[in-house]
Amino acid sequence: MRLKHKKRRGYSNGLGYILLSPWLFGFILMHLLPMLVSLYLSFTNFNMLSAPKFIGVGNYVRMFTQDKTFWKALGVTFTYVFALVPLRLAFALAIAMLLNTSHRGLSIYRTFYYIPSIIGGSIAVSIVWKQMFGNGGVLMSLLAAVGISQKTSLLGNPNTAIYSLVLLGVWQFGSSMLIFLSSLKQIPMSLYESAKIDGARFWGSFVNITIPMLTPTLFFNLILQVINAFRAFTESYVVTDGGPLDRTLFYVLYLYRRAFNYFDMGYSSAMAWILVIIISVFTAVLFKTQNGWVHYESKGGMN
Amino acid sequence: MPHIETKPMLGLKSRKLISSLLFHIVSIVLGFLMIYPLLWLLASSFKSNSEIFINSFSLIPKVWDAASNYSSGWKGISGYSFGVFLGNSLIVAVVGTLGCVVSSLMAAYTFSRIRFRFSSFWFACVMVTLMIPGQVMVVPQYIIFRSIGVINTLIALVAPWFFGNAFFIFLMVQFFRGLPIELDEAAEIDGCSKVMTLIKIHLPLIAPAIATSSIFSFYWIWQDFFQPLIFMNNPGKFTMPLALNLFTDPNSYSNYGGMFAMSAVSLAPVVLVFILFQKYLVEGIATTGMKG
Repeated sequence: MRLKHKKRRGYSNGLGYILLSPWLFGFILMHLLPMLVSLYLSFTNFNMLSAPKFIGVGNYVRMFTQDKTFWKALGVTFTYVFALVPLRLAFALAIAMLLNTSHRGLSIYRTFYYIPSIIGGSIAVSIVWKQMFGNGGVLMSLLAAVGISQKTSLLGNPNTAIYSLVLLGVWQFGSSMLIFLSSLKQIPMSLYESAKIDGARFWGSFVNITIPMLTPTLFFNLILQVINAFRAFTESYVVTDGGPLDRTLFYVLYLYRRAFNYFDMGYSSAMAWILVIIISVFTAVLFKTQNGWVHYESKGGMN
Repeated sequence: MPHIETKPMLGLKSRKLISSLLFHIVSIVLGFLMIYPLLWLLASSFKSNSEIFINSFSLIPKVWDAASNYSSGWKGISGYSFGVFLGNSLIVAVVGTLGCVVSSLMAAYTFSRIRFRFSSFWFACVMVTLMIPGQVMVVPQYIIFRSIGVINTLIALVAPWFFGNAFFIFLMVQFFRGLPIELDEAAEIDGCSKVMTLIKIHLPLIAPAIATSSIFSFYWIWQDFFQPLIFMNNPGKFTMPLALNLFTDPNSYSNYGGMFAMSAVSLAPVVLVFILFQKYLVEGIATTGMKG
């Protein structure tokens, strides 16, 4: 008992900070300092060659009032996030429910559904996507084989190119699926059994048991996926290079181009901070709404 | 309202059989669609350049051209063999993973087992770094790296990982919390120091978390594109993702077979590690929701 007491009260600042030092050093050098510098740069005109020139909120004003491409990139990114996140989560949940049954071979199927998530972010996959949905690719040759000949490919058409990127994202539903699957397994079977006795069918059980019990997981998945989708870059850089006509120009790709193609470092930093604000607002709003729809068991269970 | 069961037309046994059959048909079709892009990549890496875009969807090459694709792809680009890129990727991924896992482990142990001033403040900082998009830091990081002269060296790609990663710290803290504090107390009574307790007692018990972190860390570094794109501009220091990106530029490269062959090579270790260590990945994702 005495030892336990000592454990609770005793501080080992020296040892603590020694063991924490690699992370702490990195946090200060790679996160805190760069963030402060970036915040400062966002109020300057800076091209890497001469010293940053303070211009107040000039970059932000220019962004909101003069830069049409900024608005375009913002629009593209919102379209992407709002199309991708619900679709990916719906797929993830549907497949997780399919796999939360008692059949043979479940682990093999799970493997197949999960592999795309593992490799999805790689350049190799972006290359595959570019060729599959580009000119003469899989989609066009398949359509041609059934007698539908197309002049432009899915990627070449400004109106549809973004959806091939959404498809690439939905294809990677595996991680969300695994998270859903593990919380589906924690829903007590007795709930379903008593619902069945009360005459509930599949849909009734799904709406009244599965969904409420899953809301904490859904909430968690939603936040993760929204943050990730806003930060997407590789897809737009490799598969479409932002085109055609900037219709797949993701926010982060435009930010990258501003910094490293135009050496407009101050402007690019300002764009990065706007992204931080957008992501924070989304996260905050989701957290605010959670009282309305997320049911935590400790708060008295479902509904 | 009680539901009245209609009399089943088929026996229970055959109904079960049909539902099982339906399940497998749906699962197999879906599974095929999910891995079709991979199979297509593999098939395209076996086809001759002229065949890739004729009946592109077909997975069976008419003429097997694998040897020439793989050997021409391996010759590389910009005067560097693909072996150079593979080597760079291996160095960065292996060294980076090692540094990342050790630093994360130290931080996680500190947060879960050592009382020190401001510990909860620093832990909050860990969680904040999960949310901040890396793009905010990239311009200043570039400036810092340029001023200390590590741009265009593998150090620029490895160094950031040596500071640990918030995801893995979080994952390991979750595991540490599951270990009873009595273990530490017993070790302390036996005269074990805190560091020895970590190495002798905790390490074997949180091995699954270490395995999960190592695998993900390897994946992330192996596939990382953004950092190398910014910090590297000498092809001799390119990692595989950057090299593959060069292959996609139609002005400098037109050997599709070679491009697909090397894409397949870049994915092979990822798929292999996945098949070998699937168990740890599945556990890790369920605990932290890590993106693969």
